[in-house]
Amino acid sequence: MRDVYVIGAGMTKFGRAGDWTLIDVLEYAAVQALKDASLKEKIDSVFVANMGGGILNHLSGVGSAMVDRLCLLPASAETVENGPASGGSAVKIGAMAVGSGAVDTALVIGGEVMRSVTGWEATDFVATLSHPEAEYIYGVTLPSLAGMFARLYMEKYGITSEHLAMVAIKNHQNAMKNPNAHIQQPVSMEGLLHRPEAVVNNPYVAEPLRMFDCCPVSDGAAAVVLCSREIAEKSGGPMVRIAGFGQATDTHAVHERKDPTDLTAVRLAAGQAFEMAGLKPGDVDVAELHDAFTILEIAESEEAGFFEKGTGHIALEKGETGPGGRLPINVSGGLKARGHPVGATGVAQIVEIAWQLGGKAGERQLDDPRVGFTCNFGGFGNNVLCFVLARED
Amino acid sequence: MSQLEEILRPPEKDLPPYPAKYIVLASGEKMVIRQARREEVPILLPDVAALTTVERDYYDIVAARAYAELLGWLRYRVRDEYCLVGLIDGVLVGLVNGRSLSGKVGVSFHTIAMKRGLRVGAHLFAAKMEYHIEYLNQSEVYIVAESPIGFRRWMIEYGLEKRPQVHHELGGVMSWSLTRDLYFASKERLVVGERPLPEDLIEKSKVITPVEEDMLIKQVTGRIRQAES
Repeated sequence: MRDVYVIGAGMTKFGRAGDWTLIDVLEYAAVQALKDASLKEKIDSVFVANMGGGILNHLSGVGSAMVDRLCLLPASAETVENGPASGGSAVKIGAMAVGSGAVDTALVIGGEVMRSVTGWEATDFVATLSHPEAEYIYGVTLPSLAGMFARLYMEKYGITSEHLAMVAIKNHQNAMKNPNAHIQQPVSMEGLLHRPEAVVNNPYVAEPLRMFDCCPVSDGAAAVVLCSREIAEKSGGPMVRIAGFGQATDTHAVHERKDPTDLTAVRLAAGQAFEMAGLKPGDVDVAELHDAFTILEIAESEEAGFFEKGTGHIALEKGETGPGGRLPINVSGGLKARGHPVGATGVAQIVEIAWQLGGKAGERQLDDPRVGFTCNFGGFGNNVLCFVLARED
Repeated sequence: MSQLEEILRPPEKDLPPYPAKYIVLASGEKMVIRQARREEVPILLPDVAALTTVERDYYDIVAARAYAELLGWLRYRVRDEYCLVGLIDGVLVGLVNGRSLSGKVGVSFHTIAMKRGLRVGAHLFAAKMEYHIEYLNQSEVYIVAESPIGFRRWMIEYGLEKRPQVHHELGGVMSWSLTRDLYFASKERLVVGERPLPEDLIEKSKVITPVEEDMLIKQVTGRIRQAES
């Protein structure tokens, strides 16, 4: 497979689309990415990641709609639906298309407009990815799965509510420097847990997870332009290469796993990505993990190989995953504070890493990162995509 | 006062005061909740008016009605009304209002959160219920909701009782009621805050500073549209 580069990246602010439609937010992100790429060549293929257009927005054929809206006819167009991992899947398929030589340029867009329905309906919509007979019909939702996972994980590894709150505090703080973040509001340990007011400020959603342990329901879109080395070199921008990617699946129903606290698909997908890149977890300078729930950032940081199993919370406690730490995680604010428009998330993670490696991350720019990692976690860990990106000088 | 004005104006009665308290929010900021004075209503009205154009989450209808209620109080056209405000460093972050219908029954009017994501509205509504039950010593409060958020917060979280026979002053739907029993059953998990205010908070909350309109709209709508550069 030939090398694939990210030469353009863009996104909307995440939050509430207001009177913008799904197509509008996708268009905005795509135009930003295309402007950033300053591409002279035509776009050969468009891949659009979206999970809920049909259910939430009464819209199908989003890929076909976008290629026309963007005046990119007759480029090929696909819609990619893979639950909350749709974004990662679309980037992978785009990278494979360019890497295989089938096309030279690909535009990958991911987006969602979820706030057009009530919070209850949005939660139900996401829950449709759970096992229909073994989980969904019994009222299982993603917060409830995460709550059960968190309870087991906390008991097994000695994680406390304070550790979970530390993830929220860190990511909310990071989002303060991200103008595209959905939530730009710092939070404190005192207000989240230690004051009597915490009972109202931060009520349980799915015990032991509280409100501030859960990501918001967001609208928004993100996009990247992928291309071959030849085109990337001509662009004159930073050479950010998709050095490796991996994807793995796990049982649909969580209770069928040998040990429900093992996120096997994360471990396998990360392993594949590192192997393809010829790099190790220790080489990574910045990571974007899928913290739909605070516990997941800790668990994924271990399964990806950054920390020994059961020690992610200790690294967090020591500040190793903060912006000045050994491995800054979710500098964008993560799903927790940047937001989680499900189809956009996997693409937005790549956007953040491309910006960090390319020195374009503005106020939150880290000091010269060269290797970045993303983990896009679909279902409750039943379909996971990981990417390793590396900057070439 | 003219003879006609005397006829138009409801009898005036001083309601018992609501003792100010403060709440530490999730952000760590301290929100003071105190009673607004009638003469402070002109400070509140511009911010409430600005929200009458915000369709999101029924802010427009809530703000339009609250504007009329507050104006009615200011101009002596509503009987036994009160307003509680939430202030962070003196800046207005929300308000609630209502009135005493009779000695034993209260009416909840509206709750407006001007800063979102920190449960300001939930805290202010709880303070309003605290005022009716614990300081006005009423046996129940009639409540309706105009938005799904209000319905979730009040009817579901407090487990309100239906009062199909009651025509709430806001008209339309059936009224619900918070009884003393329901209030005290929910108090531990929904009503928080500390009294008395420390000196610094008393000082900071003496004067209400309205929110700048653009900031208010941004805080409330959180729109993702960006200006093209």
